[in-house]
Amino acid sequence: MDSEESSRPDPAYLLPTVVQSAKILVVGPFGVGKTTLVGSVSEIEPLRTEEVMTQASAGIDDLRGLESKTTTTVAMDFGRITLSDTLVLYLFGAPGQRRFWDLWEGLVVGAVGLLVLVDTRRLDDSFEVLDQLEERGLPFAVAVNQFPDSGRFSDEDIREALDLLPTTPVVHCDARDPKSSLQALIALVSHVGNRSLQETPA
Amino acid sequence: MTAADRPGGPVRPYVITRGRVQPPRRLPVETLLEATGTADPLPVTASRHHRRLLSVCRNRLALVEAAAHLKEPVSVVTVLVGDLIDSGHLTVCSSAPLASDRPDITLLQEVLDGLRRKLSA
Ligand SMILES: Nc1nc2c(ncn2[C@@H]2O[C@H](COP(=O)(O)OP(=O)(O)OP(=O)(O)O)[C@@H](O)[C@H]2O)c(=O)[nH]1
Ligand SMILES: [Mg+2]
Repeated sequence: MDSEESSRPDPAYLLPTVVQSAKILVVGPFGVGKTTLVGSVSEIEPLRTEEVMTQASAGIDDLRGLESKTTTTVAMDFGRITLSDTLVLYLFGAPGQRRFWDLWEGLVVGAVGLLVLVDTRRLDDSFEVLDQLEERGLPFAVAVNQFPDSGRFSDEDIREALDLLPTTPVVHCDARDPKSSLQALIALVSHVGNRSLQETPA
Repeated sequence: MTAADRPGGPVRPYVITRGRVQPPRRLPVETLLEATGTADPLPVTASRHHRRLLSVCRNRLALVEAAAHLKEPVSVVTVLVGDLIDSGHLTVCSSAPLASDRPDITLLQEVLDGLRRKLSA
């Protein structure tokens, strides 16, 4: 008997009518609330995958061979919401720091968009990731997580500090609250919808 | 014209491992999978990993969920999934990714409607 096999809990399967899947990435710096947000809206206990990323160091192959590569293990949390009999949405919490961008390359293809979580106590931690998204033309919305010792900032203050485009949505969000998290996701998806309507000639 | 793209030479094949072409297949992590239930035995080249994967996929779930349950990296599971699709043991249940790489407006609207229903539920 394969005890490893039988001790594993059964996966929570999808309904056999589900034939379409969509995904949203939730990104932000360390400890900003990515896992909390995914967990608060997910219908399953959030799952985790680990990926080993190998990054070639800058420059051409050198004689040190393998030593010119660095490996990082990235953990990614995800959850899911069945949105109708036929559609399921996956939510991925992914770290926003530069060294993890390779991980996104695969993830972001086909994604609805990205929800960028920011913490007003350290807005500068979010500059890099926002620059990167704008440069790549990826659709995103900004969700500001309110922590007990966060100062009170108006949306205008935040827009200005983050140098956002006027069309980029900014929402305030308590990642621990499912309704608040759903509202942040709704703001993102409406924005992406508007954006693609504008891009598609009528 | 450089030497590299001069026509006429033999086409260099993909690197072949154990008789099969490494998949240039594009399977997003959210691809929905399910076992076909075929009675055909697994190929003799199938490993313990293939068997575990097929077992986890006995009902519908996403590729990334299969990876998480198996505690194996998504990149590894993607290759195994390709093998089991080729052998007829697994099938893709979700529609193929769009050529544009961005969801179309109909899908966006369905996601939006679905999220709004959850909010008012
Ligand atoms: N007040 C408040 N606390 C929050 C909020 N979101 C998360 N927290 C708390 O902040 C802590 C970190 O949240 P996580 O969800 O683990 O953050 P993370 O972004 O996944 O962190 P890493 O995966 O380590 O990068 C936890 O103790 C949460 O309870 C929020 O919106 N408001
Ligand atoms: Mg986390």
